[in-house]
Amino acid sequence: MKLDRKEVLHIGLLARLGITESEVDKLGEQLSNILENFEVLQKVNTNGVLPTAQSIPLKNVIKKDEIKPCLPQSEILANAPRKDGEFFRVKAVLE
Amino acid sequence: MNQLTIHEAHQLLKTKKISSVELTKACLNRIHQVDSKVQALITVTENIALKQAHKADELIANGTNINALTGIPAIIKDNICTKGILTTCASKMLGNFVPPYNATVIDILNTCGAVFMGKANMDEFAMGSSTENSAMFTTHNPWDLNRVPGGSSGGSAAAVAVGEAIYALGSDTGGSIRQPAGFCSVTGLKPTYGSVSRYGLVAFASSLDQIGPLTQDANDCALVLNAIANFDDKDSTSVPYAKPDYNQCLNTDLKGLKVGVPKEYFVTGIQPEVETAIRTAIKKLEDLGAYVDWEVSLPHTLYALAVYYIIAPSEASANLARYDGVKYGFSYQDTGNMWQAMEKTRQYGFGDEVKRRIMLGTYALSAGYYDAYYLKAQKVRTLIRQEFDQAFEKYDVLITPTSPSIPFKIGEKTNDPIQMYLSDVCTLPINIAGLPAISIPAGFTDDLPIGMQIIAKPFAEETILKTAHAFQQITNWHKQKPAL
Repeated sequence: MKLDRKEVLHIGLLARLGITESEVDKLGEQLSNILENFEVLQKVNTNGVLPTAQSIPLKNVIKKDEIKPCLPQSEILANAPRKDGEFFRVKAVLE
Repeated sequence: MNQLTIHEAHQLLKTKKISSVELTKACLNRIHQVDSKVQALITVTENIALKQAHKADELIANGTNINALTGIPAIIKDNICTKGILTTCASKMLGNFVPPYNATVIDILNTCGAVFMGKANMDEFAMGSSTENSAMFTTHNPWDLNRVPGGSSGGSAAAVAVGEAIYALGSDTGGSIRQPAGFCSVTGLKPTYGSVSRYGLVAFASSLDQIGPLTQDANDCALVLNAIANFDDKDSTSVPYAKPDYNQCLNTDLKGLKVGVPKEYFVTGIQPEVETAIRTAIKKLEDLGAYVDWEVSLPHTLYALAVYYIIAPSEASANLARYDGVKYGFSYQDTGNMWQAMEKTRQYGFGDEVKRRIMLGTYALSAGYYDAYYLKAQKVRTLIRQEFDQAFEKYDVLITPTSPSIPFKIGEKTNDPIQMYLSDVCTLPINIAGLPAISIPAGFTDDLPIGMQIIAKPFAEETILKTAHAFQQITNWHKQKPAL
């Protein structure tokens, strides 16, 4: 599987990584090499095999509906890059 | 004094032959003496450590019945949240992040009266095998400063090897405790998935991540595991199970123990000195009464690397989507609209390997490729797990090298991701299957350490610790210290 420039830029956009023109070629080559190593999986017969998402499966993990103390607003906002009073400040989402 | 084990230090503290303050100062002196060369630590918490040590000494003076970890200096990997103490994940993205809460393991260690010396360097977001992906600096292997300490818990492993603390906590997603333990000649345990709470561990690949100890011997691993293995309702993958006293399982008689040696772990790319050392070490277990089958075959091992490098980046790409420059961490503001700010934040906040894995995961999960990559990998994951299950019907433990090579030179593999990934080829199948495994020192070649991996079925840490402990009673590899 070889990734072309267009695909690398598209994935970069999906992941919002700000991939620059100068990175595209190197990244495309490295990712293509890695993907080539994945081809080996196509040889494995997985007909009728169920996928594993968790190695130690648990069923119906439910917490008790209890009110517990939570962190105060000031502590949650302490790491905010930009805040305004008791709010996170963000750039306009709708323009 | 800084080279005492936990069990030795505990006896001396209990009988008041040493104080926790003395022990803590010895470790602090060692940090001041060698950390400029080894560069294991991102943050040193000297004042906190001394305060905790004084408190531990008070408990002892008051005749309180202390536990095995009271007053013992520890170092914590920098992806485990510590309230009020910088937790960077060795990333520019979290370079200024001070968590408002503790990881569950930190709460537990606090209850035990532990002494926190500092936060250890690692590969950025635990993605890497050498600490060269740290956005801060590269940690050096104390056995040869021109070589890597392994990774991603390279800082934790190097710190324990040189005695900057008595033990450390690391995290292991594909070998990140065991491979650096092997490279630095310490003992490192990756517990069964679900046995130690991941609450407060900065997420990399949630179905693979697990916290565990790096110590000077198997006995110490048992003591740390006794403390940190606990059901935690804050982690929905935490498994309730009947926890034994891991310290009670340590004996030296391996009669009746069935050992399997899977041949797929000794093939392509393995350094001959590593193979020789591991085979010699396994023969020692035969001397202790173990039965060894040298011809076990686990053919799906061949596919583990591909499965891992689809599943781990896929989970990472989802987990790391949270870094948007809004709630915490690095934020690039000097740009136009919201989307541009988010892109610039991630462009400048993440390093190359993190971006590479997010790209890989995003691709594997994207429309049109999901079935071919992610779903296929999950199905092969099932086959790998089943193969281990079948093997453990016949054997109590499986033994392999921890890594196919000895510690490599700094810079040797940085331009070739695949070569770097192969460094974990023996450890990542274990995470795929959720199994427990340990790496213990098993020899040297050209004065560089070789690690041996012992694997067991889920929740059979007792069998692993017993085997490792018995081996360490008749060998001295784990007692060798780097000349620094």
